[in-house]
Amino acid sequence: MGSNMAEAHPVGFQWVMEAKARGARVLHIDPRFTRTSALADKHVPLRAGSDIAFLGGVINHILSNDLDFREYVQAYTNAPFLVSEEFADTEDLDGLFSGYDPETGTYDTSTWQYENGLPEHSAEGDRHREQSAGEQHGSGGPKLESGTGIATDETLRHPRCVFQILKRHFSRYTPEMVERICGVSREDFLDVCRAWTSASGREHTAALVYSVGWTQHSMGAQYIRAGAIIQLLLGNIGRPGGGVLALRGHASIQGSTDIPTLYNLLPGYLPMPDARHAGKQDYVESIRGTHQKGYWHNADDYIVSLLKEYWGEAATAENDYCFGHLPRIDGDHGTYRTVMDMIDGKVFGYFLLGQNPAVGSAHGRLQRLGMANLDWLVVRDLTMIESAEFWRNAPEIETGEIAAERCRTEVFFFPAASHVEKEGTFTQTQRMLQWRDRAVEPRGDQRSELWFIYHLGRLLQRKVAGSTDDRDRPLQDLAWDYRTEGDGEFPEPSADDVLRRINGADLTTGELLDSYLQLRSDGTTAAGCWIYSGVYAGGVNRARNRTARTEQDETALEWGWAWPANRRVLYNRASADPQGRPWSERKKLVWWDAGRGEWTGHDVPDFPKNTPPGFEPEYGEAGPGALAGDDPFIMQADGKAWLFAPSGVVDGPLPTHYEPHESPMPNLLYGQQGSPARKVYARGDNPSNPAPPESGGEVFPFVFTAARLTEHHTAGGMSRQLAYLSELQPALFVEVSPQLAAERGLANLDWAHVVTSRAAVDARVMVTERMRPLRLDGRVVHQVWMPYHWGPSGKVDGDIVNDLLGVVLDPNTLIQESKVATCDIRPGRRPRGRELLEYLAEYRRRAGVTVETGTHVMTADTTASETAAPETTEPETTGRDTTAAPDTTDREEDA
Amino acid sequence: MGVSDWIRSWPVYRQLTGADRLGRGEAAASPNSRERRPRTVDADRVAGSVCPYCAVGCAQNVYVGSDDTGEHVLQIEGNPDSPVSRGRLCPKGSASNQLVTGEHREDRVLYRPAYGTEWQELDLPTAMDMLADRVLDARRKGWQEADADGKPLRRTQGIASLGGATLDNEENYLIKKLFTALGAVQIENQARI
Ligand code: SF4
Repeated sequence: MGSNMAEAHPVGFQWVMEAKARGARVLHIDPRFTRTSALADKHVPLRAGSDIAFLGGVINHILSNDLDFREYVQAYTNAPFLVSEEFADTEDLDGLFSGYDPETGTYDTSTWQYENGLPEHSAEGDRHREQSAGEQHGSGGPKLESGTGIATDETLRHPRCVFQILKRHFSRYTPEMVERICGVSREDFLDVCRAWTSASGREHTAALVYSVGWTQHSMGAQYIRAGAIIQLLLGNIGRPGGGVLALRGHASIQGSTDIPTLYNLLPGYLPMPDARHAGKQDYVESIRGTHQKGYWHNADDYIVSLLKEYWGEAATAENDYCFGHLPRIDGDHGTYRTVMDMIDGKVFGYFLLGQNPAVGSAHGRLQRLGMANLDWLVVRDLTMIESAEFWRNAPEIETGEIAAERCRTEVFFFPAASHVEKEGTFTQTQRMLQWRDRAVEPRGDQRSELWFIYHLGRLLQRKVAGSTDDRDRPLQDLAWDYRTEGDGEFPEPSADDVLRRINGADLTTGELLDSYLQLRSDGTTAAGCWIYSGVYAGGVNRARNRTARTEQDETALEWGWAWPANRRVLYNRASADPQGRPWSERKKLVWWDAGRGEWTGHDVPDFPKNTPPGFEPEYGEAGPGALAGDDPFIMQADGKAWLFAPSGVVDGPLPTHYEPHESPMPNLLYGQQGSPARKVYARGDNPSNPAPPESGGEVFPFVFTAARLTEHHTAGGMSRQLAYLSELQPALFVEVSPQLAAERGLANLDWAHVVTSRAAVDARVMVTERMRPLRLDGRVVHQVWMPYHWGPSGKVDGDIVNDLLGVVLDPNTLIQESKVATCDIRPGRRPRGRELLEYLAEYRRRAGVTVETGTHVMTADTTASETAAPETTEPETTGRDTTAAPDTTDREEDA
Repeated sequence: MGVSDWIRSWPVYRQLTGADRLGRGEAAASPNSRERRPRTVDADRVAGSVCPYCAVGCAQNVYVGSDDTGEHVLQIEGNPDSPVSRGRLCPKGSASNQLVTGEHREDRVLYRPAYGTEWQELDLPTAMDMLADRVLDARRKGWQEADADGKPLRRTQGIASLGGATLDNEENYLIKKLFTALGAVQIENQARI
């Protein structure tokens, strides 16, 4: 779902075809009929933006028919845990959870906590919303004060246990509701349910694949939560052939998240410190609870080792390892906020390092107007991209909004070295690092980013060498002594040396580390990214392992290196039952070897190696030692997978169907129309199309979505300049159904233009039955889609599709909703120049669009429906519901 | 050409008399295609690499040859040893030879001054030095020592960066490290998009 794998990840898709050849059933649930649908056993079209309603329907189907993998759910998820009495669900509050503040549009999550769990909660909803909290918890779960001592009901019957809450929450997501919201027939929906559940269990597993079709929504994180809940209920996590597989879109986008060029993270998913952290101890305590389980408890080891790599000798126990050198964040510093700040004159210099936001980011006009209001801009790329030449080829030149003679931004273009002209590692979508050898030297001024940043840093250090200004200290102290190759003033830094420092070393012996388990918080180890420790295990660059697939088994542990510890399937302890035996012979991956007293198997076991299946930690234990033998989710504070998220997700502990920010439909489930916590910006330069209950939506009656083609790559900087690829996909087009073509007078291959309140974009019309009108709640809704790879430069050019989109963000990730919007489509070409601005203004007038449109996010009527408190009859529990005696309630003691 | 050569030059003759009875290989080959050789045979060496486009991470073999002007990439092919890709490349991966050897690539630093209407050339060391001065200036202009409550921020809002998803881990590492030391926090990449 939310993925066109055959088109966007074609070589990976060969494995789906292999599975199909071996008897797997492939289902494609997606708004569009694509190359993936053509190869699937079944394609189920649904309305873009309605996936949670569909997935919620599947959850309801599983729970109402007792189709969950009960043994797995009971042992490995938080289904038995009780939630606070204060918690109120969307069923009680017309689509809101308890804790909502309509003033700020944020949640105070304190009522979502486990009973007796004492997890940390923050009353600072505002701060949470601003800070992309979901990503702060990156690879692990968010903090709980204690991972033990949580009240449970093993029978799963207590009305406040997670299992029952889940059941109630999704009880109205019926096949009929799915049909009305998504436009999927009851038969198709039930067929998917049957296929999914019958392919799961002891003997079978089902895999769920998604891509940016899920992430680029105002509730993208919740889409993925919904998919994960199904996979957990069916026992498909941590097992071979299972999982929730995110297919990522760039060679090293996984790597640039692990070793982040992201504002809210430090390497290895450590959060960036914020203004509240007085010192390192404060910071560490905000990451982990004193008594929480699992490996995040060792956060101190990870941050101190990072600080030792950053500031070397200068970082000592006495000065808190230079923790004070780290800048603090205190809100949203994401790329969209930053671009608005550029327009508002608060940003002076901007680096674009292999990225082309003038075409590739949502709301291209905003991006270009931001660039036009800087002191200076640096663009590093292989070729001349739109972002480097906005001052002479932006669409705003034609409208008069940008003119070279009036544009003050200095632009530096630095030509980049290509992937074969430098060595280093990419991390691909399965967390696997692969080393590239340098094949040839770059020409002329072409240089690697490694060279550019290394020498920029060197020059800066030289310029501040004599400074006594305190703010220069972090730069002066910075350990920047990487090995270089060649001579002269500007030699090439060694990527191999940087990778070694990322892996980390024991500073007392100088030996490279074999694993993150060796990291220490006493300053005796340095490591740039703790989850990558082990890539140089035994002093060997494991990312360069290239044992042929024919010379090893199918797990292929000898090809590349996957973090952490070369594990290929995360949480693979769950591939065995609580007693440590594989769930079935067919699906065996790792298991407990009682003879040797250790976990073993085809993959590297993702569990403390010698912790036996029946192990029960002492009450009060913390960290990895507090993990019970049946706690497979070793990065979670309670060792369990979270069906219900008591913290860490800012827009609700459970996924809930809300309509997209721009939608032709009212929310049929709740009075709350859109996500109540989505981030909206009331700015004249960021208008929204109206959505119910606002009027005027009929001016933009169609659902719009954008996507990729195999033959181009994102903003086109690496494909539109290539003759082969340009010939294969020469022009921008818009796909419409024959019915919509008839309704709007569009003819195949003629020009048409698509309009939103932001922009109008020309494209060739492709009339095709691949786009199917959907019947929704008694009305017909048309969807249109466009590829977004074109811009004014390159061998083939075209209008910029991202200009059609506005900026509205998921509050967890601060990712934009670019997979769904509303639009109009008209035959013929759009007006140009000044007339275009008037044309758009007229559209906005007709639709009644103002600065406020779409920004009043709360539409629920909580007074009307605040009645249905959870039932109060409490069934017999196993003695673990210990509301009366919280200190004796933890499951370990009772078991 | 003698009569027998002439007859033998007929594909149908070769098909009937040779091993290629289906006429799909040798029998159908023209002299032109028979003389063609793969670009890879002239390679001096092969470097192991990875496709730079999407995150599947298909393994590549980069064939390198040389002439009097130096070493050049001759061809890029899929590496059949890879358990991920088994030697396959999609249209983009297959076009990556053109990506790295094509004429679209810039090889000079270019500079467009404020209010300028054309690019100018600039030598690399000068550009790096100009940039270092500008970085310090923008950092100073956007510096924030503390928040409204006096809590230390020690950062600059004057400098932003976008990019990293097409770069190497080692490069991202240095980018984050240097900008963090400068106090710049608005460091972002495609993963936010
Ligand atoms: S060859 Fe195609 S599928 Fe493989 S990594 Fe490159 S772009 Fe992705």
